[in-house]
Formats: sequence, C-alpha cells, structure tokens
Amino acid sequence: MEAVLFGITAVLALAGGVGVVAARQPVHSALALLLVLLSLAVDYLLLAAQFIAALQVIVYAGAIVVLFVFIIMLLHTRSGEGPRAGAGLPRAGAGVLCGLFGLALLALAAGVRETAPPPAPGFGTIQDVGRALFGRYLLPFEAASALLLIGMVGAVALGKRLRPAGDPSPGRPQAPPAGGPARAR
Amino acid sequence: MTWADLSLIAPELALAAAACAALLQDAWATGPALESRSRGPAAAWIALGGVCAALLLLGVRPAGAAQVGFAGMYVRDGITRVVDLAALAAAGLGVMLSPPYLERFRLPAGEYHALLLLSTAGAMLMGASRNLVLLFLGLEMLSFPLYVLAALARRSRRSQEAGLKYLLLGAFATAFFVYGVALVYGASGTADLSRLGRAPDVPLLHAGVAFLVIGLGFEAALVPFHAWAPDVYEGAPMPATAFMSVIAKVGAFAGLLRLFPQALPQLAPAWGQMLAAIAVATMILGNLAALAQSNVKRLLAYSGVAHAGYILIGIASGGPAGSSAVLYYLLVYVAMNLGAFGVLLLLERRGEEADRVEDLAGLLGRAPWAAVVLAACMVSLAGLPPTAGFIAKLYLFRAALQDHRVALALVGALTSVVSVYYYLRVASVALSAGAADAVAVRHSRFAGVGLALAAAGVLWLGIVPGAITALVQQAVQALR
Repeated sequence: MEAVLFGITAVLALAGGVGVVAARQPVHSALALLLVLLSLAVDYLLLAAQFIAALQVIVYAGAIVVLFVFIIMLLHTRSGEGPRAGAGLPRAGAGVLCGLFGLALLALAAGVRETAPPPAPGFGTIQDVGRALFGRYLLPFEAASALLLIGMVGAVALGKRLRPAGDPSPGRPQAPPAGGPARAR
Repeated sequence: MTWADLSLIAPELALAAAACAALLQDAWATGPALESRSRGPAAAWIALGGVCAALLLLGVRPAGAAQVGFAGMYVRDGITRVVDLAALAAAGLGVMLSPPYLERFRLPAGEYHALLLLSTAGAMLMGASRNLVLLFLGLEMLSFPLYVLAALARRSRRSQEAGLKYLLLGAFATAFFVYGVALVYGASGTADLSRLGRAPDVPLLHAGVAFLVIGLGFEAALVPFHAWAPDVYEGAPMPATAFMSVIAKVGAFAGLLRLFPQALPQLAPAWGQMLAAIAVATMILGNLAALAQSNVKRLLAYSGVAHAGYILIGIASGGPAGSSAVLYYLLVYVAMNLGAFGVLLLLERRGEEADRVEDLAGLLGRAPWAAVVLAACMVSLAGLPPTAGFIAKLYLFRAALQDHRVALALVGALTSVVSVYYYLRVASVALSAGAADAVAVRHSRFAGVGLALAAAGVLWLGIVPGAITALVQQAVQALR
C-alpha cells in the first residue's frame, strides 16, 4: 500500500518538476510547482512526519505559491500571459547537471540501506517537533533566526528607494564626473 | 539550555548584540529620511566595541579542555579559539579600515557594520560546530551578509552585478552542500561530526563528502569553484572586498578542518588524494592568472585563490601538523591581506576607487608609511622572510613533507616563486618615484591605527612566531 502511494506521489512530483521547467507560461510553472509541493507533502506523511506535512501544505502550497502567482500577475499585467524570454539552460550545463544527478542515483543505489527502523511512537507530532526544535536543535534554530534578520536587513538595504542624484559611485560609474575630486554632500 | 551553554557562545552573542545596536543607532540618527545621514563613525565605534567585547569574552575563558554545549551541537576547544581570534581580527581590522571609504561613497554605515558583525559570528559558528546542521547554518550566516555587502553600493552597476552573481552562484553551491548533508546523513544515520568517524565506509558517504567539499570550496574560492571570485572582488565596494576576502576563507577552512582531519580521519587516504589534487590545481591556476592582472583588486582576487590552494595543503596533509599550519596561516592571511587592502582603501582617483596598479605610483613620496605597510604586506603575501608569510608557508610545506606529500610541497614552493613577480611588481610601483595623476591619498587616524595593527601583526608573527605557534599547536593536541 505504502509503496503504491509512494509510486504515485513520486511520479506526480517528477511530472510537476518537469512541468515547472518546461511550461511556456509562468503561471503554468507556478501551478506545476504547487503539484510538486503537494506530492511532497504526501511523501512526508508516508514518512510519519505529520506535522511537517501540514506545514508543507500551509506554508509552501498555501503561502509561497500564492506569492509567486501574485508576483507573476503584477509583473505581467495582462493576467500572466506572455511567453518567457530566453528561458532554458545551456546544453552543456544541462548535461553536467544530469550527469551529477545520475552519479547521485548510482551512489544511492549502491549504498542505500534497505530497511529503516520503524519510527518511535509520537514521532512527527507537534510535541515531538517542538521538543527537538527547542531542545537539541536550539542553537541551529537561533542561528536561523539571525539568518532571517540578515535577510531582512539585506532586503531593506538593497530594496529601498534612493534619492535620485548623480552621486559619486564606487567601482566604475557609467559617466565619471567631470574633473575634480569627489564631492561630498 | 543552561547558563553554561549560553556562556559558551558569549562572543557570538556580543557580536549579534553589537550588530543590533549599530542598526538601531543608524535608524535613530537617520529618522524618516530615505538615506542614512549618520556620517560620523558612531556605527564603527559600536561595531569596534562589539569586537573588543567578544575578544575579552574569548580571553577570559581559560584555555583548557574542550567544552561541549547545546546538546553536542557546539564545541569550544583550541580550534574554536584560534578561529574566533582570526575572525575577530578580520572584523576589527575591517571595521577600522572602512570609515573613510564609507563616508566618501555614502554607503549605509549601520547596515554595513551590522552585516559585517553577523558574518563574523557565522564564521565563528562554523569553527565551533560539531554537527552538520550547525555547520550549514554557520555557512549561510557567513555568506548571506557577504552577498548583501557586495551589492551595497546601490549606485554602481558593477556592484549590483557582483552581488547578484555572488548570490546566484552561492545559492547553487549551498544546494550542493545541503545535498551533501542529506547524503552523509543517509549513509551514516547521524549528522553529528563526532560520530561520523564510526560511519560505515559506503559509496554514499563518499558522494556526500564530495558534495560538502563543493559547498565549502566555493566559499574558499578553490579551483574549480573559484570563477566568481575575480568578478565579485572587482565589482564589490572595496571595504566589502577586503572583508570578504579574509572572512570567507576563515569560515570555509574552519569548516574543512572540522570535517576532514577531525571528523573523518578513517577516510584520510580518499579525501587526502582529492584535496591534494584540488590544492595543486588551485595553486597553479591562481598564481598564473594573477600574473596577467593590471587591476589590483583582480590581482588580489587571484592571489586569494592561490592562497586558498596553499592553505588546503595543510588540510590535505591532515594530522596535527597540517591542522596547526592551517590555523597559523589563517591568522597571518587576515593580517597581510587586510593590510594590503587597507592601503588601497586610502586612495582615490577622481571620485572612484584607485584600483589600477599604476595608481600606486609615487605612493612613497606622499604617504610613506602607507607605502611601507603595502610593501611589507606584499612581501608577506609572496612568502619572503622576515615576514609572517614566510613562516606560515614554511609550516604548511613542512606538514606536507611529514605526510610524504612531496609533490604538494614542491608545487607550493614553485608557485610561490612565480607569485614573487606579481607581488613585488605592486610593491615596486608603490615605492617608485613619480606620481600618478589625479590620485588622492586620504588620511584617517582610524584607518591609520588599523594599518599599523595589520603591519605589526605581519612583522610580529614573522619575527617572533613563538607565542602564536604554541597557541595553534596546543589547539590541535586533541587530534591524533
């Protein structure tokens, strides 16, 4: 039963992945991504990680894909129409990636352990995840919060509006100011 | 979590607190304006205070046996101590050398210092991690601020390009690292580095370790994962370039030390060969490519690639000798590379960075001390006595010979001879007569003290290396 379910979700996830890459319209890519994320949620359930499965549906399928769709709609004002320009990997890059993937598959086939021990009772519940998060994995959890702070600071620093002015800029500006050292304002 | 756990990460906490303080001070001083107006070095003082507090907290802790905290995630031992010292030295010098530049090119001081401090904390976490999960988060905490710092000069297209390039390639390398963590976990059933030594020797483990090397090798700019370095170094604003050139190496090599000589000694024949091959390719390509550069930032980028190759000799040789040589080299590299960048930060050509070799002409006549510091750092980077670079390379090559890796030591010595040419070309231009037109030299007391400290480090570690040698040898005693 589990093997059959896994087979179905794996095929769906792979099909969705191909769809993300191959779809001509961005909206279709986003919807194919939704298929991938939902199939992975079923996979997590099969691994007895019920809380992670719920999070996968709520956070990824619920919030992040919606965000993608919104952005696509805002960027392509004509209801997400229009083919994307110049998508696709160079052939050599695609070949290298496929090679690496094949290598990883080979390694997996050679080294996989057939039987995993059954999960302990209570595994994958909210209590269990919470205990792990605030017990054994407390320091990585806190480091992740610092990482989010860095992301926010970076987004604000790089995203906020600048005063429009022909200011001296480092590196090689397009048009060097005529004569004289830098003006400090 | 207990107080004992918290006191273990006290230096990192001090840095994070100082980062938040710098951000809040900047927001307070700016008010509702669009761009930061706090022109004074207040943020720099806060950041420097944080670094000094972290150094103090590091110093008051007695150097004794290794202490493990956070349920085995975090270890504070001799290696942690030296890595912290190198990272904090990089942060301190980076803070001291940048205020004149930040003011002139109007970079946001609060964000700059906050990101610099958090990146330092990330490198320190990598040096202290005893678990692959923490190693990964440390790597991310190290590299994310560097992506932002590279793109911080909003009005420069080259800086934006550098930031984007670094982010995209870095995310790619990070994906490999995470995949490696997953494979290692699948092969061994644990992410705990102290238990990897008992993992069964299956192909899956080898594949995972190879992927981990890609992630760390990208950050350290090892060949063939170095392609980002010259473009990003050239495009990023120069203080960011200076800082990232050292902190990324400190973090990445701390991670490699934790991973290879410490966690996987049983696989030493396998990874030793792989790392030795990477080291040879890195040394040869970095040094040959640096020969042809006329831009000092690009030259120092390729020099950074070459030095990554030298440091990798120590990891590939393994054992206490190799590991202590790596730690010593990291300390030396921080001082000499930041000293070289610090002199460049003082120069300015018509409102731009003065980053061509010929811009340095006649520096001796106008800023004699800066020219002398630059020459000393170049001599040290080339690895000539009586500077620290010589001793550091000596330790590395000795470790390689002890491990019977004659080819590694030979390639290292030969490529060092090649490197003498391009380093001394820069030094001789700086010490020559004549003057580059339109290049102005800025004087700043803050940066002057930083340069003096860097130069003192280069000479002190070269002439009387005893104290630091004892420190790094004590750090690796636990290794066999």
